[in-house]
Amino acid sequence: MFPVRVLGLTKDFPQGFWRPRPHRAVDGLSFDIPEGGVFGLLGPNGAGKSTTLKLLLDLLRPTAGRAEILGRPAGDVGARQRLGFLPENPTFYDHLTAEELLEYFAGLFGYRGEDRRARAGAALDRVGLGADRRRPLRQYSKGMVQRVGLAQAIVNDPALVILDEPMSGLDPIGRRDVREMILALRDEGRTVLFSSHILSDAEQLCSRVGILAKGRLVAEGTVGELTRHAGGTDVTASDVPTAFVDRAAARVRKTSRIADGRYRFELAPGERPEPFIADLAAAGAALVSVAPVGASLEDAFLHALGNDVRVDDTRGDRSAAS
Amino acid sequence: MTVRRIALVAWHVFKEHVRDRVLYAIAGFALLLVAASILLGQLTAGEDVKIIKDLGLAVIEGAGLLMTIFLGVGLVSREIDRRSIISLLAKPLPRWQFIVGKYLGLVLTIVVNVAAMTVALFLMLKYLDWRALPVERAAWDAAAADPHLLLATLMIAIELALLTAVALFFSAFSSSALLSLAFTIGIYVTGVFSLDLRRFGDTVEAPSIVSHVVAAIGWIVPAFSAFDLKAQVVHGLPVPASYVTLTAGYGVIYAAAAVVAAILVFSRREFT
Repeated sequence: MFPVRVLGLTKDFPQGFWRPRPHRAVDGLSFDIPEGGVFGLLGPNGAGKSTTLKLLLDLLRPTAGRAEILGRPAGDVGARQRLGFLPENPTFYDHLTAEELLEYFAGLFGYRGEDRRARAGAALDRVGLGADRRRPLRQYSKGMVQRVGLAQAIVNDPALVILDEPMSGLDPIGRRDVREMILALRDEGRTVLFSSHILSDAEQLCSRVGILAKGRLVAEGTVGELTRHAGGTDVTASDVPTAFVDRAAARVRKTSRIADGRYRFELAPGERPEPFIADLAAAGAALVSVAPVGASLEDAFLHALGNDVRVDDTRGDRSAAS
Repeated sequence: MTVRRIALVAWHVFKEHVRDRVLYAIAGFALLLVAASILLGQLTAGEDVKIIKDLGLAVIEGAGLLMTIFLGVGLVSREIDRRSIISLLAKPLPRWQFIVGKYLGLVLTIVVNVAAMTVALFLMLKYLDWRALPVERAAWDAAAADPHLLLATLMIAIELALLTAVALFFSAFSSSALLSLAFTIGIYVTGVFSLDLRRFGDTVEAPSIVSHVVAAIGWIVPAFSAFDLKAQVVHGLPVPASYVTLTAGYGVIYAAAAVVAAILVFSRREFT
């Protein structure tokens, strides 16, 4: 069973007052999230990440398509029994203490009496707020509120945890704590889905990622698959005839002249190097080296977004392909 | 589980209001006014009990109206404004239970406040009764601590519960508390004059269509003036049981319909 299934999900928002026109925030989105592990929904601001999560939670209704949470339709109250959710920039009730808030929410999951208190206490201990549990939330810093948000997302011992920009606005220590928390949830066998535009966090946490752009899923896979796909191959050769360089321009992403007759060719991701090397040899060039280019998730991200900018670690320069 | 969830939401609303300074300001002001009526009563020989009853009931109703309107219009819109609704609706809490819980929570807050003010009024009237000479008592239309006062406060409570449902409807409908406030006050004022609106054609010369439209508005809006038993109770006039039963039934049914309308509106809402 996939804890999250998204099938052709589409969401239009009307824009304009007199003649409202639909603005498509999510466009025919389809993906499945396997059980266990951490799935990162990545994308620039306005890509449709939060809209997608809200569609999963029935806070928004799809224009077309459907979504399933833990085998039930999105919006099914039963599915939410095993779901934890942290909204982006969470805010709660200033008049409550963290303990009261957690007990209130635990009560909505059906926990009673001592069990309810114990769950609230355990969740707060887990996020490091055990000592501050009786302080009113209005006295909490942003980082502490974020921790309360995490605590309320796990108070029901969920099978699926959805976190919307969980690192947003946190200092480095807060971000590290949230990262550790997400990894701990993964190690407990829970499925974690989180949205983020902070790629370094996603790279460290995610077993799989989906990249959204303008409401569409432009790439999906493991971090290894996406970076391999984005990385390409560097082929260096000497005694390369000028005519070959001109012919090769259409086949390679970038050509760099190192010295007379010595060139480095960047093959595009997915382009197999063997035929190119054979052609080089046929043209009388001497092969110097063939090296896969390691790519970061940022490269994969930018590649998927169609802005193919790559950082080459060996040269330390940043080059934009045409 | 359904009842428990509704009770949890209601209790949370009650707790929030109990910790709200606005509530204390209104309740404190009301108690001050009730106490001030003693002074006013002393200025009018022989009429003191009547004035205290009249003023006391008016203050209970006025303070209740302030609480209902100012707390009611923010009942749902405040959750949306501060975005706490997002976390809440991600829990296994059906939207209808959220609305019913919110409604009952505010009604509980208002009933507790009305009850507290009624107790204060009764204590004051008991004190006057204890202090009064037999000859003074004989001049009163009704006993100082007349149990019929409870009937008047019960009708005030039902009126406020009805107004809470109206405020809740607008709160569920509009994202702006200010807009909900304007709508709720508008409906209340129209409702107070609903009986006059129903008779508009009899008292004002106007085209038939206008008379019908105005009369229709008079029938549609809640007839808040129907709940006003102050004059009868203060002057010791009889209040037919059938009138009380019918009016209370009307209030409960109208309030239930407004809550159902709020649920229908809120169920369709999206939260961006």
